[in-house]
Amino acid sequence: MKTPTTDKPRPHGKTADEMGKQQREISVSEFFTKNRHLLGFDNPRKALLTCVKEAVDNALDASEEAGILPEIVVKLEPVGVGSAPAPAASQATRFRVTVIDYGPGIVREVIPRIFAKLLYGSKFHRLRMSRGQQGIGISAAGMYGQLTTGKPVKIISRTGEKSPAHYFEVQIDTKKNEPIILEKKQIDWENHRGTQVTIELEGKYQKGRASVDEYMELSAISNPHAKFTYHGPDGETKVYPRTIQHNPDPPKEIKPHPYGIELGMLLKMLQDTKSHWLSGFLSTDFSRVSSDTAEAICKSAGLSPKKRPRDVVGHEAEVLFKTVQNTKLMAPPTNCLSPIGEKAILSGLFKQIKGDFYTAVTRPPAVYRGNPFIIEAGLAWGRGPEQAALDAAKERTSPLAEGESHDGDDDELARVMRFANRVPLLYQQSACSTFKAILDTTWKNYGIGQSRGAPPAGPMVIFVHMASVWVPFTSESKEAIADYDEIRKEITLALREAGRRLGVFIKRRARAHAESKRRDIFELYIEEVVGACKRLKAGKLSESKLRTQLTDIAKKITGGQKTDEMLDRSAGPHGLPHSIIVTAEGIEGAAIIEEPPATPAAPPPPETRTKPAARKAPPRRSSPKKTSGKKKK
Amino acid sequence: MAKRHLDVEKKLIGLADIVIAAAGKKKDPAISIPVRSLSNVTFNAKKGYIEMGSNKQLRTFFNVGMAKKFMQTMLVADALAELQKADLTTSLREIYYRTKHTMGDSLENTFDDQAESDPLIEDLEVGLAALREEFHVRAENAGTVIGPVVFEDDGDKVDCAKLGKGGYSVPSIVEEEYLRIKKCSADFVLLIEKGTQWNRLAEDKFWRKYNCILLTGNGQPPRGVRRLAKRLHEEKKLPVYVLVDNDPWGYYIYSVVKQGSINLAFESQRMAIPSAKFVGLSSADPQEYDLPRNVGIKLNDKDISRAKELMNYPWFQKKEWQVEIKRMLASGLKYELDALANKDFQYLTKQYLPKKLKTRDWLD
Repeated sequence: MKTPTTDKPRPHGKTADEMGKQQREISVSEFFTKNRHLLGFDNPRKALLTCVKEAVDNALDASEEAGILPEIVVKLEPVGVGSAPAPAASQATRFRVTVIDYGPGIVREVIPRIFAKLLYGSKFHRLRMSRGQQGIGISAAGMYGQLTTGKPVKIISRTGEKSPAHYFEVQIDTKKNEPIILEKKQIDWENHRGTQVTIELEGKYQKGRASVDEYMELSAISNPHAKFTYHGPDGETKVYPRTIQHNPDPPKEIKPHPYGIELGMLLKMLQDTKSHWLSGFLSTDFSRVSSDTAEAICKSAGLSPKKRPRDVVGHEAEVLFKTVQNTKLMAPPTNCLSPIGEKAILSGLFKQIKGDFYTAVTRPPAVYRGNPFIIEAGLAWGRGPEQAALDAAKERTSPLAEGESHDGDDDELARVMRFANRVPLLYQQSACSTFKAILDTTWKNYGIGQSRGAPPAGPMVIFVHMASVWVPFTSESKEAIADYDEIRKEITLALREAGRRLGVFIKRRARAHAESKRRDIFELYIEEVVGACKRLKAGKLSESKLRTQLTDIAKKITGGQKTDEMLDRSAGPHGLPHSIIVTAEGIEGAAIIEEPPATPAAPPPPETRTKPAARKAPPRRSSPKKTSGKKKK
Repeated sequence: MAKRHLDVEKKLIGLADIVIAAAGKKKDPAISIPVRSLSNVTFNAKKGYIEMGSNKQLRTFFNVGMAKKFMQTMLVADALAELQKADLTTSLREIYYRTKHTMGDSLENTFDDQAESDPLIEDLEVGLAALREEFHVRAENAGTVIGPVVFEDDGDKVDCAKLGKGGYSVPSIVEEEYLRIKKCSADFVLLIEKGTQWNRLAEDKFWRKYNCILLTGNGQPPRGVRRLAKRLHEEKKLPVYVLVDNDPWGYYIYSVVKQGSINLAFESQRMAIPSAKFVGLSSADPQEYDLPRNVGIKLNDKDISRAKELMNYPWFQKKEWQVEIKRMLASGLKYELDALANKDFQYLTKQYLPKKLKTRDWLD
């Protein structure tokens, strides 16, 4: 290359001034437009699921917080592009998602911001167990719909029979992260109370794993107190009835535990606090810090207890932070957690999964990084007596050929159901702490096969639920639980207990099976041996005499084992806590399926007085009265 | 045409008598079967072959672990007796099919696959001290022979020098009454592990130039091939040379020809050829014949553990053999006979074997 000009050493460099001019603010909404995968909108199929999920999560949270038994309708409709007619569900690229609840409704003023402003919500700022955490979900779903179809989010909400229903069409201004109201009016609505959200979005519907169908099924398992009606896009309607007639105990809000915060958080709290003294700040804004402890902390940090919190900055704040971390404090209170409970898990699994054995374990509360949490595990095992009977009937018809075996589907792997605060987790299974704990568990100890690096094999469903004020997800799209040691340990302990019970069940059943088989087998073999002897002796043999003699010996030899079996039977079967055993004869153990109380049954809008509970709304309305139908207090 | 062995039939019927007698005394019927494993064989250094020890195992009926095997043994015995009466020969697989049925109305099979019935036939051979030929059970004809030898098979004269390059397929039963050696002018027998190398030698007419009989069993030689080599050795006084791959499995094939196998130790006397010689491939050959390292194959873990097992067998204790195996392990490589083609397609015929035989470069 011949370049005659050599006097330009920096051909394209920019000056700091030029670079400075390029700097500008990035709005959250713009950021998420470009990073939609962070929120679970990576592909059309997942986008459809995420949209349903966010709307249902909000509906459940709102109903529960208002003390109303949740009842939720989910409707998916394929939509044609432009003026084209709606294609079949499997071909469609656009869907209209409608989620209706009969919950508390939302006050008119906050509706636009709830549905068309990111990072706006009631749940982020408080430590209280709920499905939603950040206030991104539903508005992100709306934004995704807006980006892919140009259609606004349509909302109808009504806070009570005497209030009017409000209809809104809103969009998000992606630059300013503020709602744009396209339409608002009062309308007539057949529902007396509740909220209906409609979002049109680009999506793909496909049955199977991680589908909306699966999400509905799993939600019904983890929320046995809710009734779901699901209108699938192919015209199918599934109703998941309520099997428990009361809401879970409302979780309490707690203050952060000092072990769970980081320096930046502490700095922010120091600025925001209403306390005038440092010691007062410590004892009122944190849980498990008494005024004595607060004084002691100040002392060892070398700070005056009467110092104004706002003045604690820089090095002093760092020292304070370190001191707090090194102070012995009680674990955070755990009444802020509302586990599903063993009975409800059993009931949910029993309702949705066909099996022979069910068990559930709720662990005592534990703590990671200052956040309390509870792990629950459940197992459903087997194919159910009906299927077993079918299998047996199929077997009856023909003997096995070479290479066939009795248990053909033995390489089937266990299905894992993961939940965080009752929300099903459908993606990123292998990144999830629950999945790692399942792999860590030695299922072989419980009589279940398992290959290296795989979940256990067999007709089994493994249920794991983590309830916490703050579930640590690996990403904003909330798909996998981060792998903290404390969490994995708790999951493993829960799985071991459930596995142990299953092991007892399997062993007992196998033994009973083997015992009855043993005698049958001798009978069969005797017949064969007698036949062979007769042919060998060319017919010169008293067949019946030989048969009787051999049968007598067999009885003498197996008689002892028969007694063993009887003894064993009286020793064991009912001793398994929180378990259900299903046999062809019936059900052992309590499977609670509660019928709705016969009292005034006007399901859609239950007549309970409630003040409108703003869902996701920060100017929290005076806390709604808890009025679940059952509790009278 | 099978020859009827009356005493074999009697032995089989004897099994029924055991059951009947035990039942009469209200006792658990039991058949005693010699153990067929390394623990129950001894190497008779004087005779030069492996002999079966006296360890026996009782197979009883009313024992959950053995009941099925006992029942199956009776069924196989029944089928074998049927063959005797009908004066027919059959294969292992046909025995399996003959005895397979469901029991009663249970849909449970007496046998699920052939792997269950085959060892029972060997059990009965050992237990009743009868030979497989006497049971009228043939193996597959998995061997081929070519060379200056004439057989009489069912009245037909088979001149193995006039069978092109394909040779004569060795029947599984080669006893005098089935196969007669009418004429033999060969100087020695060469038993080759692999069919491909046997083909090379047959195509090159190696047998004509060196006046020998070429035998192959396509891998581990079946009984017919071993027995034929033994008869040629005993009746025609022909020395037997063995040519195998240089790996632990090749060594073991040679040892089976020479000293007999662990599994069929009771037949060593009829099968083993204690004076058989190992001509190659030896672990010394790659250097001797200048085979490049890259035609070798890395020994895998199984090869290595098998080689170490061989070194512990009493019949591999000769110093030369320990050196031979150690040399292979030290090199970390095994060589196939086929690798000789690296030098020339006819290297085996024109260079390797002539030199080996001329310099009498073999192991005993």
